[in-house]
Amino acid sequence: MKESSILWRGEMTTRRALTGRGMSFLSGGMLWLLGFLILPSLIFIALSFAERGVYGEVIWTFSLENYRRLAGFSSFGWTPDYLLILGRSVIVAFVTTSVAILLSYPLTFFIASRPERSRFMWLVIIIIPFWTNIVIRTYAWFFLFSPEFPFARIAAFLGLIPAGTSLYPSAFAVYVGMISDYLPFLALPLYSSVERLDWSLVEAAQDLYASRIRVFMQAILPQTAPGLTVGIILTFVPTMATFVVPDLLGGAKYMLVGNLIQQQFGASRDWPFGAAISMALMLMTLFSMRIYRRKGKKVDLL
Amino acid sequence: MNGQPEKNLVIRDITKSFGSVTALKTVNQEVRQGEFFTLLGPSGCGKTTLLRIIAGLELPTTGSIILTGKDITSLPAAKRQVNTVFQSYALFPHLSIFENVAFGLRSRKFPEAEVQKRVAATLDLLEMGAMRDRGPDQLSGGQRQRVAIARALVNEPDILLLDEPMSALDAKLRAQVQEELRRLQRRLGTTFIMVTHDQAEALVCSDRIAVMNAGEIIQCGTPEEVYDFPRNRFVAEFLGAANLVHARRAPGGVETEIGYLKLNREPDWLEGLVAIRPEWIKVGAVKPELNGVHATIQDIVYRGTNFDLAVSPGAMRVRTNAFKNFKIGDQVWLELPPNELVVLED
Repeated sequence: MKESSILWRGEMTTRRALTGRGMSFLSGGMLWLLGFLILPSLIFIALSFAERGVYGEVIWTFSLENYRRLAGFSSFGWTPDYLLILGRSVIVAFVTTSVAILLSYPLTFFIASRPERSRFMWLVIIIIPFWTNIVIRTYAWFFLFSPEFPFARIAAFLGLIPAGTSLYPSAFAVYVGMISDYLPFLALPLYSSVERLDWSLVEAAQDLYASRIRVFMQAILPQTAPGLTVGIILTFVPTMATFVVPDLLGGAKYMLVGNLIQQQFGASRDWPFGAAISMALMLMTLFSMRIYRRKGKKVDLL
Repeated sequence: MNGQPEKNLVIRDITKSFGSVTALKTVNQEVRQGEFFTLLGPSGCGKTTLLRIIAGLELPTTGSIILTGKDITSLPAAKRQVNTVFQSYALFPHLSIFENVAFGLRSRKFPEAEVQKRVAATLDLLEMGAMRDRGPDQLSGGQRQRVAIARALVNEPDILLLDEPMSALDAKLRAQVQEELRRLQRRLGTTFIMVTHDQAEALVCSDRIAVMNAGEIIQCGTPEEVYDFPRNRFVAEFLGAANLVHARRAPGGVETEIGYLKLNREPDWLEGLVAIRPEWIKVGAVKPELNGVHATIQDIVYRGTNFDLAVSPGAMRVRTNAFKNFKIGDQVWLELPPNELVVLED
């Protein structure tokens, strides 16, 4: 039986030919995902239930031991150390994202209000840090936070740190580093929404007696939600897992889950435990985004 | 002032410039309480700017806006008893129809029972009660417009401003909505100020029309006044089609390229324009007693209810009933009745 021809977007073809073409276009990406995402993930899940051998090799006997250990149970009793690190990571990611949001709104409105020509220049200024490696950018903070520079001097003058010491390693340095590294990830998607803002909704809210907060919540936030959502995902997810910034600027004083994982795969050679922490991180990230989605239900953020 | 309607809104010496661009040259106008007032003009004439100044969305460069005796020029939109129906309606896409209409009341923290009552009543008034739980994207253009009107009216404003309210509607719906808007305004007795570039819309809806051009009000009056007695060339041409004839003053009338025309009053200029609407020109086979012009039909356009004829001399347009059988090249007699000839000021 001859298959009937159809007109598809102006092209004479058959259903079968279209399906075939679509599949062939898709197959590359599908295979890539299967080979480099799905399979490794499955191995990882399996690995997280395995056991470390004496010399750091993987012994494929399955137990919940790694997760028990992550929860703080060991032969010496219970310690909250790992849970503290996990909790701290969530807080760092949350604070970084929140501060980035607070900074991005004025920033993006400022850029969007510039004349078209200089708008481009402002965007380039935001994008330029992307051209520099994150490690180098983070090292740059070493200079800025060193004892001779004004930041450390002011802090010393205010009695926040002993005179002659640097501002790193510290929680403060981690936050500054994280926010400066991840601000563009939030500001750029947000800008794409702010630029297209329909100001007549703002005027309508004003006309209908709305307070400033109400104007923002009802006329600006819902309109910028798509960009904000992308920005939050692009900021929150990597900040949960980051290890360069806390490693360099936090030192041992401010370990995050990223550093913990790196340690397991590096120095400790305990891959199964590292895999278990990674799983925990993944679940926590998903869970955090879920909470965010619930909260944002009214404005349909995700 | 006995017997005179209360003066509701006074626009006094308003000017507005955006940088080097002058949007409004000195505008003075009164809008009476309870009237349907229309600002009519081509795009860029400053009508929307004037509306925005009244709404409190724009500051005038000079001049003042006085609402029932109180100067409100520098009050922002949120402090004025004036509400606006925006051109694009500007409904909040994330809120239901009910919440859109309730917006102004909730902003002012009305008690919940009052909000429920007033929103329901206003939605019923605009026959949108059944749609209260839908979102704006689930409504047609006409329904969205009703919601926008309800959202403004629920606040019981002193003045309702409408910025090109019909521009998003198709032609058929537009005609229907114009009449409905007129009825609604009569029923409520609220002052409506509408901005439009559509002369038919202005004629149907308004108690008074202010015709604007290049930042000025050229003529203000009832629809009959501005349509039948346009002051100048701009008004005559903007409100419907008009034949303009160059004329020179002559005893009892004017001498023109199409011959002598008797007028009811002699013009006060020596040379100028007289206008006549295409529909007031009578077409016949015999020479009329007065103001007859012998003409040749150059073109015929069938419009369903009538024919539009292009005739020479004078490149005039004539609108005539559709029952006659004309051909291009026919010789006819036109009658331009003195009552229908309007002497323009320029």
